[in-house]
Amino acid sequence: MEIYLYIALFAPLAGSLFSALFGASPKTSVTGMVASGLLFVSFMSSVVLLNYVMAGHTVHVEMMTWIAAGDFYVPFGFVVDQVSVVMMMVVSVVSTIVHIYSIGYMDHDKGFNRFFSYLSAFVFSMMILVMSDNFLGLFIGWEGVGLCSWLLIGFWYHKESATWAANEAFIMNRIADLAMLVGIFMIYWNIGSLQYDVVFAEISNLSIPIVTWIGIFLFVGAMGKSAQFPLHTWLADAMEGPTPVSALIHAATMVTAGVYLVVRANPIYGLIPEVGVAIASLGAFVAMFAATMALVNRDMKRIVAYSTLSQLGYMFVAAGLGAYWVALFHLMAHAFFKALLFLGAGNVMHAMHDELDPFKMGGLKKSMKVTWILMTLASVALAGIYPLAGFFSKDLILEVAFVEQHYVLYTVLLLTAGLTAFYSFRLVALIFHGNERHLKYGIHPHEAYTFMLYAMAPLAVLAVIAGMVFKTPYYEMVTQLLPAIEYHVHNHTTFWIMTIGTQLFVIAAIAFAYKKYAKAVRVDVKVESGFFYQLLYNQYYIPKIYDEVFTKPYRELSKVAWKQIDLKIVDATVDGIANVIYRTGEKTHTMQNGNLSSMLRWMVVGLVVLLVLAIAFTVGYNAVTMRAM
Amino acid sequence: MEITLAHYLVLSGVLFAIGLIGVMRRKNLLMLFFATEILLNATNIGFAAIAHFHNDLTGQMFAFFIIAIAASEVAVGLGLLIVWYKRTGKIDLDIMTSMRG
Repeated sequence: MEIYLYIALFAPLAGSLFSALFGASPKTSVTGMVASGLLFVSFMSSVVLLNYVMAGHTVHVEMMTWIAAGDFYVPFGFVVDQVSVVMMMVVSVVSTIVHIYSIGYMDHDKGFNRFFSYLSAFVFSMMILVMSDNFLGLFIGWEGVGLCSWLLIGFWYHKESATWAANEAFIMNRIADLAMLVGIFMIYWNIGSLQYDVVFAEISNLSIPIVTWIGIFLFVGAMGKSAQFPLHTWLADAMEGPTPVSALIHAATMVTAGVYLVVRANPIYGLIPEVGVAIASLGAFVAMFAATMALVNRDMKRIVAYSTLSQLGYMFVAAGLGAYWVALFHLMAHAFFKALLFLGAGNVMHAMHDELDPFKMGGLKKSMKVTWILMTLASVALAGIYPLAGFFSKDLILEVAFVEQHYVLYTVLLLTAGLTAFYSFRLVALIFHGNERHLKYGIHPHEAYTFMLYAMAPLAVLAVIAGMVFKTPYYEMVTQLLPAIEYHVHNHTTFWIMTIGTQLFVIAAIAFAYKKYAKAVRVDVKVESGFFYQLLYNQYYIPKIYDEVFTKPYRELSKVAWKQIDLKIVDATVDGIANVIYRTGEKTHTMQNGNLSSMLRWMVVGLVVLLVLAIAFTVGYNAVTMRAM
Repeated sequence: MEITLAHYLVLSGVLFAIGLIGVMRRKNLLMLFFATEILLNATNIGFAAIAHFHNDLTGQMFAFFIIAIAASEVAVGLGLLIVWYKRTGKIDLDIMTSMRG
């Protein structure tokens, strides 16, 4: 089995290196095919491992020693257990599909080979993140995906906005990573090991305050990667990257790494339910907060990004309330339908010549029938309509909140479910229904390449069946590792009222969205100039506040540091030293006049000086040693 | 009055000082060689005296070495001096400034 583990892990790296060989040369389709093929190999190995794990085994290998210094020992160790195999499946399925899709999407791009090199490198980092058997390996993967995310957001580096967004994402993640690193240090300091099995076995021996701090620091790390408030602004800006990147990294895999961390560290969070409730509250807040921003946004990709943010909030609610398997389940289901939604958005973007404002589209269902069906399907799954994936995973989170008697969280999540349905179908209605507003701009849309649509098909199938088919076997498998708590509303009447009520609420939201946007779009000036609309449209003014509170003062501080400290102190010191030496040379070069007689005189002077020094030193030395005796 | 080690060392020191002044003041290359000889022999006296009063032959051995080296130095040096005199007709130090920095 070890060989499958290594294949699953290293095939993406091979693909990345192969593509990197052609990084500087013009497009060669072979890079895309090889990278996709190797990912498919990785996917097949993951399937083999999944079967093995389903049979009740786990694989744990120690590839080699990584750091061995004194008592500090960290190996390159990898583990395939019930949790990591789920992540491996999600990562390999979505990334294989996205790779194949990208062959079409990046067809006309100059950086075709470079793109595949980065994308496969991302998958490799993600695999390390989910397969590592210790916190340090996880951290390396964590940084690796951060790096690849930076490379890919800033892929079109000639665009100022893209490089800005890439840097923003990277810096925000650094802030959170510092906290995560502190958490890892604390674990090592208190336990003396970073291996998951050792840490989780020992963690209950620590005092609760220490565990609480570890939990908080690790979660701050997760907040950065999963873009939770207040570190959320980078995710929407990360939409500057190519759309397949958004689908793979900023919807399906990397941003869910934070959820994975909390799920993986469940023995830690199990000990500190108060922190869990805080996580859940933050999650519910972010779910609502992001959904409201998505309501009014006019950028197709940003709407989907806010939706991702909102769904991540749901996952954290589940993880915070101790329903780790539910969080992981929603992670999986979300990866499928959200990647599908993004890839659909990519098709629309191509058809619209990179136009992102859905108010300039409309009626696209005529020319892009398949994309319309796929995106509607993904939106239905996202809204949580029975029997698609979202119903099983998202409503389960509502149920968890209800069963755990956090009724406030439940209400927030329920309202958010309505908002989710509304903004998803607002987008679908604006893009695919109504009159063809884009004709005015001289755009004639066309459907994407057929193979891209075929590549998306598996995601559509998964978005439909993931909830229905996978739930039971998934539950049986992961609960061997995660706490097996079934969340059922015991009262049958309450259960049916809740389920049907939620469904009706969501359907009503969808109907409202269609009614408002599917026919002609009327711009309601009164609403749009209203305070709330402006507040939401400007993302609660948070980017602006960050700009005023952090960026501008920092720029001023940098200016002071540059003009006052760097130029006047550091540079002045260096220049001063150089000047002194230079002037000394100017003054003393007359000594070198080539006259043998004067040279001999200098020699005598040197001799006398050395003699005096030698005598002084001897006398001084003797005095010191005498006193010491 | 008995002659002690101190007398020899004072003699050696005085000779060394004379030699040093010669090295510094003389402009004639030949005189410079004489001054160098005085310097070397000042140390020789010191070596021989210390060897004698400490009953240790190492110092005398050193003195012999210095004599030998002084002889070869003078042989080479005088050879060069003659060549220089033949080329320029002068042995004044102040005109030998080809090594100005």
